[in-house]
Amino acid sequence: MIMPLIKGLQITISHMFKKPVTLQYPTERPDVKPGFRGLHALNVSHDKAKCVACYLCPTVCPAKCITVEAGEDANHDKYAAKYEIDMLRCIFCGYCVEACPVDAIRMTEQFELANYSRADFTYTKERLLEKK
Amino acid sequence: MDTLILGLPVAYYIAMVAKVLVAFVFVLLTVAYATYAERKIIGHMQVRLGPMRTGWHGLLQPIADGVKLFFKEEIVPSQASKFAFLIAPLVALIPAFISFAVIPFGDSVTIGGYTVPLQIAAYYDEAGKQVFDINVGVLYILAMASLGVYGIVLAGWASNSKYSLLGGLRSAAQMISYELAAGLAIISVFMLSESLSLHKIVADQAGGAWYAFKQPFAFIIFFICSLAEINRTPFDLPEAETELVSGFCTEYSSMKYAMFFMAEYANMITVCAVTTTLFLGGWHGPAFLPGWFWFIAKVYFLIFLCMWIRATYPRYRYDQLMRLGWKVFLPLTLVNVMATGLWVMFISK
Repeated sequence: MIMPLIKGLQITISHMFKKPVTLQYPTERPDVKPGFRGLHALNVSHDKAKCVACYLCPTVCPAKCITVEAGEDANHDKYAAKYEIDMLRCIFCGYCVEACPVDAIRMTEQFELANYSRADFTYTKERLLEKK
Repeated sequence: MDTLILGLPVAYYIAMVAKVLVAFVFVLLTVAYATYAERKIIGHMQVRLGPMRTGWHGLLQPIADGVKLFFKEEIVPSQASKFAFLIAPLVALIPAFISFAVIPFGDSVTIGGYTVPLQIAAYYDEAGKQVFDINVGVLYILAMASLGVYGIVLAGWASNSKYSLLGGLRSAAQMISYELAAGLAIISVFMLSESLSLHKIVADQAGGAWYAFKQPFAFIIFFICSLAEINRTPFDLPEAETELVSGFCTEYSSMKYAMFFMAEYANMITVCAVTTTLFLGGWHGPAFLPGWFWFIAKVYFLIFLCMWIRATYPRYRYDQLMRLGWKVFLPLTLVNVMATGLWVMFISK
C-alpha cells in the first residue's frame, strides 16, 4: 500500500527536472512542419492565377466554404472571376488542394488567422493570390 | 533600560512589537510567495513552466494577483445572511495567523545586552537564565486550528447556496474526524517531553534527537492528518472544484475570496511550522548557520512536500476519507499512544 504512494512521488519529482514542453508562444515560434495545412494561397503562373474555375474545389469542400464564379478573359479562356474562401467555415482539410487538377491552390504555413470583424474572415481572390 | 512597565523592562515591549511585526510580515510574504511557488512547482512537475510573464520568471505574479483581487467587485448574494457572510473570511483568516504567537522560530538572541527569545509569546528571565513561554502552547495551537473550521462552516451556511453548504459541512466533518487522530499523534510527543511548552519540546530535541525519529508513526500520521485538517490535496473535499464548484467559497469574490485563499496558505505554513517544532527539532541544526535559518529551511521543505503531494495524488472520495480517518488513523494513533505510554512507564525509567 505504501510503495505505490512512494512510487507516485518519485515520478512527480523526476518530472520536475525534465525540460518543460511549454512554448512561450508570441516570443518563441512553433516549428511548423512540412505538409502543415494553414491559410490557402492561389498559385500564380505568367502573372495570373492558375485557377481555371473548374468548380472541383467547391464541390469537394466538406465545409462548403469556397465560392467560385467563372468568367471569360480576352483569350476566351475560363478563369475565376470570383474566388472566395470563408475562413470561419474552413476546416483546413486540404481536399481543395488534392482536388485541384491544375495545381492552382495550395496551403501555406500561416496559422495566425485572428481578425477583428466577421467580414475580414472572407478571403477574396486578391488576398489569396500568392505574394511575390 | 531599568524602567519597568507592569514588572517588565521597556526592552521587553519593544522586542515584543518587533517580533510580532517581523513574524507577521514574514508569514504574509511567505503566504504570497507560497501561491507562486505552488504554481511553479506543480507546473514543473507537470512538465510546464508555470507563471512566466509578470516579472522575471513570473516573480511579480503574487502582487499582480493581489492587486487584481483587491480591485474586483464585491458581490454579496441577495439571499445571503449578510453579517455572517462578511465575517466568515475573517473568522477563517485570523486563527490561521495567530497560531504563530507560540511557535518558536529560533533560540534566544542577545541584542544590546537584552536577551530576546525568538518566540512571540515568550520572555527571557535574566535572573533565572531561562526562557519562559506560554506553558500550554500546543493546546493553544490545537484550539486555533479548530477555530478555523468555523469560518468555513459559517461561509458555507451564510452563502445560502447548496454547493457552499455541502462544502462547509464536509469541512466540518473532515476536520473533526482528523483532529482526533492529529491530537492523539501529538500526545505521544507530550509523553516523551513531559511538557506542553513548545520551547521545552524544541529544547528536548537538541543534538539531532528529533521526535520524528523517536515517533515516526506519530510524525507521519500527524502530517497526513494536518493535510486533511487544512483541506489540502488529497483531502481537499470542501473545495473540490470539480464537484462543488469551490465549495464554501463559491459565492465569494474580491478580497473576501482572497482572505480564504490566504487563510488556506497561512494554515499550511502553520501546520508545517508546528510539525517542524514538534517533530523536526525546531531551530536545531548544524551550528554554522543561525537557528532561525534551520527553522525556516525545515518549514519550507515541508511546504514543498505539501505541494509535491498535491502534484501527485488524486482527491479522496468522501467515504474513503472518513474510513481513513476513523478506521485507520484513529486506531493506529491509539496503539501508538499505548505503546509510547508503556515504553515511558517500564523501559525509559
